[in-house]
Formats: sequence, structure tokens, C-alpha cells
Amino acid sequence: MSTVSTQPPSQSDRAARRRSTIAVAACTVFGAAAQILFKIGMSPGHFVPTLTGLATNVPLITGYVCYGVFTVVLVLALRQGELSMLYPIISLTYVWVTLASYWLLHEPPNWYKNLGVATIVIGVAVLGRGEHK
Amino acid sequence: MTALLIRSMLMVFFAGIIGSFGAVFLKLGAARLNQSILSFANARLVWGVGLYLGSSVVYTLALRGGQLSVLYPMVSLGYIWTILWARLLFHEAFTKQKIAGLALILLGVALVGVGGS
Repeated sequence: MSTVSTQPPSQSDRAARRRSTIAVAACTVFGAAAQILFKIGMSPGHFVPTLTGLATNVPLITGYVCYGVFTVVLVLALRQGELSMLYPIISLTYVWVTLASYWLLHEPPNWYKNLGVATIVIGVAVLGRGEHK
Repeated sequence: MTALLIRSMLMVFFAGIIGSFGAVFLKLGAARLNQSILSFANARLVWGVGLYLGSSVVYTLALRGGQLSVLYPMVSLGYIWTILWARLLFHEAFTKQKIAGLALILLGVALVGVGGS
């Protein structure tokens, strides 16, 4: 998806790339919020598997809105940004979700989870480098 | 590891496969877009959006059976399918970095799985 340019990047190229980077970094927060809201919305206290139950499930609906924003911003940014730069930033979502699961959902933290998430983030960054030509 | 957690993990895995097909259809559909607003109604794009939505419904249902800190990292397994379909359908190269990245992701998911059991 990334384009190869033989000329040095122009001022406007660099500005567009910086805008993509900032937009993606901001949208990882939406992505993480979506996950927390999904989990709350699907908990026994909130999840009612009827049409009215789903239509009045505020966390679940807000979660889907956040997820929609996250997805659209990502798709737009990935069209013009440098994947080797954007992939590691996107993978920050895994870090936010893990921290928020500990702090907001009170899930038990442990080193296997932390090490696992760190390994995934590195893996995604390596993948992004593979896309970079 | 409880049967409920294993079922949830399988659902996240399955949701990743559905979502990766959604991405393929979105890519095919996006190639057909032109100036006309009607071009958004092309079958490929509609399938892409539908599969994406279906995938997220399966995923949210899976969340009922396990911790978010265990199930969400499993979403990264979706990269396996993305890279496989990109290779098979769009003839994108299979580089050493991609293989190394996927191996690290698998290792990371395994570690998180150990942490959750």
C-alpha cells in the first residue's frame, strides 16, 4: 500500500504524513474505549438479548460508534500514511486495552499478559516494516 | 482453562476469519468506486461492510465468556489471515519481516493465553 518515491518527500507530503500519524494515535484511544464499552455492554447487568434490550444498551451502542470512528479513521489514514510508521501506533490499542482492563474492569494483571502484549506490539511493528519497501 | 473461555477464544478466532474476508471484499469494492454516489452500492462493498459487522457481532458475543485482557489481544491473530489473503488473492509478497512479525504475534497471544488460564 505504501508508495515508493525516488524524490525526497515534499513539505506537503510530510505534513500529510504527520496528520495521518496524529489522527491514528488519537483514534487508538477510540479503539480502546470501544473495547471497554463492548465489555461493559455485554456484561450480565447490561446485556438483554431482545430488540428493546439491545436498543437501550447505551454502553454497547456507544462502543459501536467508537469502533466505527476508529475503523473509518484507520482506513483513511492507511490509504495515505506510511505503514511502517502507522502499524506500531495502531498496535498501541493493545496496550491501552490491557491497562484499561486492569484499571477500569479490575481484571487480574500478571506478567504473562504484559509480556504477551509487549510481544504482540513488537510483532505488529515488525509486520509494518515488512510492508515498507 | 475453562470450556467457556475456550469457546470464547474460538469465537474471537472465527470472528477474525470473517473480518478478514470483510477486508478482502472492502478492497475489491473500493476498487470499483467512482464519482457517482451509486458506486457505493456495489455488491462487493456491501458484502465487505456486512462481513465486518457480522465479525464484530461474533466478537462482542465472545466477550461474555472471558476477560477483555485475554480476548482482545487475540484479535491480533487476524493479521495471519490478512497476510495470507493478500498473498493468495492480491499477490503481495511474503517477506521475512512478515513471517517474523506473525511468529511474534503468535508467541504474544500464547503468553497472554497462559496469563489468562
